[in-house]
Amino acid sequence: MRNHTLAVTVENKPGVLTRVATLFRRRGYNIDSLTVGTTENPGISRMTIVVQGDESVIEQVTKQLYKLVDVIKIVDVTNERAVDRELVLIKVKADNTVRADIVQIVDIFRARIVDIGRSSLIIEATGDSGKIDAIEESLRPFGIVELVRTGKISMVRGTK
Amino acid sequence: MKLKGAEILLQCLKQEGVDTIFGYPGGQILPVYDALYSSDIRHILVRHEQGAAHAADGYARATGKVGVCISTSGPGATNLVTGIATAYMDSIPMVCFTGQVGTSFIGKDAFQEADITGITLPITKHNYLIERTEDVAKIVKEAFYIARTNRPGPVVVDLPKDVMEREIEYEPDREEVNIKGYRVMKGFNTGQVITAVEMIKEARRPVIYAGGGVIASNASAELRELAEKRKIPVTATLMALGCFPSLNYLSLGMLGMHGTRYANYAMGESDLIIAVGVRFDDRVTGKIDGFAPNAKIIHIDIDAAEIGKNVNINVPIVGDVKEVLQAINKRLDEVEGSSEWLTAIDRWKDEFPIRYPASVEGRIMPQEVIERIYQRTQGEAIITTEVGQNQMWTAQFYKFKHPRNFITSGGLGTMGYGFPAAIGAQIACPDKKVIDIAGDGSIQMNIQELGTAVEYKLPVIICILNNQFLGMVRQWQGLFYEKRYSFVDISHQPDFVKLAEAYGAIGIRVKKVEEIDDALNRAFETTDRPVVIDFWVEREADVFPMVPPGAALTNMLGGGLK
Ligand SMILES: Cc1cc2nc3c(=O)[nH]c(=O)nc-3n(C[C@H](O)[C@H](O)[C@H](O)COP(=O)(O)OP(=O)(O)OC[C@H]3O[C@@H](n4cnc5c(N)ncnc54)[C@H](O)[C@@H]3O)c2cc1C
Ligand SMILES: Cc1ncc(C[n+]2csc(CCOP(=O)(O)OP(=O)(O)O)c2C)c(N)n1
Repeated sequence: MRNHTLAVTVENKPGVLTRVATLFRRRGYNIDSLTVGTTENPGISRMTIVVQGDESVIEQVTKQLYKLVDVIKIVDVTNERAVDRELVLIKVKADNTVRADIVQIVDIFRARIVDIGRSSLIIEATGDSGKIDAIEESLRPFGIVELVRTGKISMVRGTK
Repeated sequence: MKLKGAEILLQCLKQEGVDTIFGYPGGQILPVYDALYSSDIRHILVRHEQGAAHAADGYARATGKVGVCISTSGPGATNLVTGIATAYMDSIPMVCFTGQVGTSFIGKDAFQEADITGITLPITKHNYLIERTEDVAKIVKEAFYIARTNRPGPVVVDLPKDVMEREIEYEPDREEVNIKGYRVMKGFNTGQVITAVEMIKEARRPVIYAGGGVIASNASAELRELAEKRKIPVTATLMALGCFPSLNYLSLGMLGMHGTRYANYAMGESDLIIAVGVRFDDRVTGKIDGFAPNAKIIHIDIDAAEIGKNVNINVPIVGDVKEVLQAINKRLDEVEGSSEWLTAIDRWKDEFPIRYPASVEGRIMPQEVIERIYQRTQGEAIITTEVGQNQMWTAQFYKFKHPRNFITSGGLGTMGYGFPAAIGAQIACPDKKVIDIAGDGSIQMNIQELGTAVEYKLPVIICILNNQFLGMVRQWQGLFYEKRYSFVDISHQPDFVKLAEAYGAIGIRVKKVEEIDDALNRAFETTDRPVVIDFWVEREADVFPMVPPGAALTNMLGGGLK
């Protein structure tokens, strides 16, 4: 079992997200993350779905998704040369004694500090899931107050 | 031309070739009923919306056309739900129109508002909420297109009242449907067909496992050509009975949980299964590891998602059954003579015929009623069933001759389906005899449709196999729960003869074997109203043979001597 990333092109219509989500729930597939957003074409949205399962599960997911009338195209980008990105916002405890350490970590990951509070910082980072995991782990010892990740979006490299 | 949304809707229905719709009015659908008042589309007024959905479904199964039903919003729409799910599970083309509160009220918990597109999401092939009168024509066209193409299925179209009432300038357009995410399947992979042909040539113990897809594809002739050319025995699922004549020497009857022993044994011994328009349902496969353990499998299906869903497939062919079988047949020569395989099958047929025990106290055996109905009709009738033992005995003992002559709820197993479906079939085929073989439990679920059948003078015959039990459930309690008959005794029941008469139908009670034929004759002579025959049958007869749940197909129980 491993995670697969599906780039799914869908009609930008009300209810499409429900259709996709209902399909996953009804058939018992596990969604790890799901993001939706608009594309260069206002009539079309793009979902990036990270789903768990072996090859046969992914094959079923793909075939069942194709049966949704509003689904236009599905690409399994797992094995493609693709750029994957997630965005994370992390609010971390930061009194004066540790701020310098945190700033150093932020620099290493090429993340950014986007808000400074009296005893906490909000850090923004983008990257692939591995990098986001790593920054999360590095900041955990300081005490994470709040964390939100967007889920993954992907794009295949080159002209394909 | 200035037209109201409702008028556009009816024009579009006519463009789709709709001649009959089944429905029930109410507040939010009033604009459409107003337009129907002066339309020449035939509207059949049912007594419960569930009846409308099943009737539209029966109409579709009998004809192959798209069935159409209509209801008001809220409770009217939710009453359709069981019928929609029934059609969905059996891949039946249907378009269901539901009234909806005006667009400005949607989401406000308005009177009789129900989110029917939300409710039916997982039980429709697709559904629509029409938000603008301008979209009516396009959406209706898409709905019919989606319902009937590829793997058929039900489509719901929700019609807000104001969308139906508004007048717009309308010109019918002849544009082709073009949906980005929906393409009609054309062609198939020829390489796979060639592989399949080679395997068929080499197989020594082939079996054709035929399903509802053969009927959907109108491919009975092609199936028969393949079977007869290569002398391949054919077993059918419940959904496919009639796609291959039961009396043909190559017919194995139904397979699966209540199939024939010889069909299931053949599956067990086969070295090549040619699966045609089937979905490897658990009632058919039994325990997956024990399913056709010695066979390679060719699977022809128009829905790619069916391939490999439950069982691993050696040669998948995604395509329309008819087209693919034509391509296969073209590449195969006729074989002569018999084979060891056919001899083995004949031996099983001799040794393990479908049979039933004699009655103990001179009670009518339910199976005998089915045999008599077959003798009276000679297979020239449309048979519908309810769900339970009545359904299985019909599958076992009636000899089906033609496709679209057996109409039953297989996937959902909906009690109360058979009678309204019979009404739909009778409306579609006024010249055919239509018979609903019923249980005393199931028939009470939509008995109110007697009103419809009497009003429209439909000579549907309802044969109730009255065992005063929820028989199929009682059988399971008998076999697997130590005869603890928990809430299955339904001997508190109406007098079905009087009930029929109260509706203006004919009611006949039959308690003795000698009376069966007379009752059937009287029913067959009636042409202007429904007839209910209440057969008092042996109370604790069981359906055998049977594959117990979780067992391998060849591991069958029962099927005693006559
Ligand atoms: C009480 C009870 C007992 C039952 N016992 C049995 C039993 O013993 N044996 C049995 O067989 N069933 C039994 N059933 C029925 C069972 O539940 C299933 O409904 C049935 O087996 C499914 O039949 P099918 O495989 O033919 O598929 P269907 O549901 O008819 O599906 C049709 C298949 O064909 C495909 N298809 C459709 N159109 C085309 C086309 N044009 N070209 C190619 N493919 C197409 C579809 O994609 C689908 O995969 C029982 C039901 C009940 C209620
Ligand atoms: C709507 C619905 N409710 C419950 C069931 C479960 N069920 C399956 S068969 C059966 C008994 C049917 O009894 P009856 O109609 O008398 O037929 P018999 O089995 O006696 O022929 C029941 C309750 C069902 N299939 N459908």
